[in-house]
Amino acid sequence: MSIIEIKKFNLYYSDFHALKDININIEEKRVTAMIGPSGCGKSTLLRSINRINDTIDDVHTLGAINISGHNIYDEDTDVDELRKNVGMVFQRPNPFPVSIHENVAFGLKVNRIASDKRVINEMVEKSLKAVLLWDDIKDKLRKLALSLTLEQQQRLCIARVIAIAPHIILLDEPCSSLDPVATRNIEELIIKLKEKYTIVIVTHNMQQAARVSQDTAFMLMGKLIEFDKTEKIFTNPSEKETNDYVSGRFG
Amino acid sequence: MRHFDVEMSDLQNQLLDMAGLVQKMIQTATEELVSRDPSQIDTVLSLEKEVNIQEIIIDDKCLKLIALNQPVGADLRFITSAMRINSDLERMGDESLNVARMSLDLIKYPEIKPLVNIPKMIEIVQNMIIDCIKAFNTSDSELAMSVLSKDDEVDALRDAIISELKTILIACPDSDTVQRATDLMFIAKSIERLGDHATNICEDVIFMVHGKDIRHPRA
Repeated sequence: MSIIEIKKFNLYYSDFHALKDININIEEKRVTAMIGPSGCGKSTLLRSINRINDTIDDVHTLGAINISGHNIYDEDTDVDELRKNVGMVFQRPNPFPVSIHENVAFGLKVNRIASDKRVINEMVEKSLKAVLLWDDIKDKLRKLALSLTLEQQQRLCIARVIAIAPHIILLDEPCSSLDPVATRNIEELIIKLKEKYTIVIVTHNMQQAARVSQDTAFMLMGKLIEFDKTEKIFTNPSEKETNDYVSGRFG
Repeated sequence: MRHFDVEMSDLQNQLLDMAGLVQKMIQTATEELVSRDPSQIDTVLSLEKEVNIQEIIIDDKCLKLIALNQPVGADLRFITSAMRINSDLERMGDESLNVARMSLDLIKYPEIKPLVNIPKMIEIVQNMIIDCIKAFNTSDSELAMSVLSKDDEVDALRDAIISELKTILIACPDSDTVQRATDLMFIAKSIERLGDHATNICEDVIFMVHGKDIRHPRA
């Protein structure tokens, strides 16, 4: 079942036409990877799914992105609610300069999801367990989040998103600042998280897209060239441009 | 040209060289049978050693190409097809050696009967092999498809040969006749297997070009 339906979606940065007539149906509880050379529009498209692009001046869009049947670009959309439902994790881990506990509890408090200390503690524990971080840090929850390793910081950022119970998690090159072991660990986490969440990941690492995703979208110069099952994209893509890109002949 | 593309081109050339060796083995082994010339087996034996070495070299090259380049798409299909074609070519070499060994035994005796269907089988199989190698070299899936239908002709000739030999055996079941008929049956079987390997190569070419697996259509 499609949870995200992107329909004839266009995005302009002032006069620059960054996304051109994108049509994709993203299935629930699957990992969808977006690949393509730098500047192809994959991050712009990802950021359009929770309207983070709204923060940039002169951005305007045409077409629709329906999440659970509702066009998030309709005027009546509550953007705060949207971002609770569609969480985002960025390239570099960006924990707040407060304690590990406070990082996860922050969203719960700000969004008034919970105020009772005991409930918050339970939700923090649950979120940290979901990202397989709890056992490592349960005795140092009051320590500064910035004292964690980069991998742990990225797990913490995912826990922060999970705490406010989204349905969709957007990952913008979540492993690009991590070493190979940490990358593999985060990939294992992504595979596990898909049991509960719909995940869309932008990655420059094609092997990563092949390892973690079930569906892959290949984009080039603002256009969607091909969207199909990941195994098809990496074994027998329909479009020549896709084959050339995944086999490293350009980009 | 990228280093990887040069390596892929080398792989293709190595397979074509190996195919050349196998074609020579088949030609020599069948000549030994048809012209009753026992000296030919030495050439077949020496070619077989070369083919076996080539198989190992090509397999090693394919493994390294996969491990070091993580190929995908058409490149991945080419390498996996190359590995299967490599294995089929080596088996073709083995079948040619079987033909040469059986022929060496057979030509010790006078002819049980003039060879009629076996030369026909040989001609069809040799053409199948020429075409399957050409199809691989030029990524010509239509040519590969056309080879597949010829396998039925080879099977029919094998059945005719075995049926004819059974009739001879029933009529004259002495030990010399049994020996010669059995040798000829094994030879027919080996030539038919050469045709099967050629069809396998054609199936690999179709997979390589279109990503479509047409093996075992009723599976």
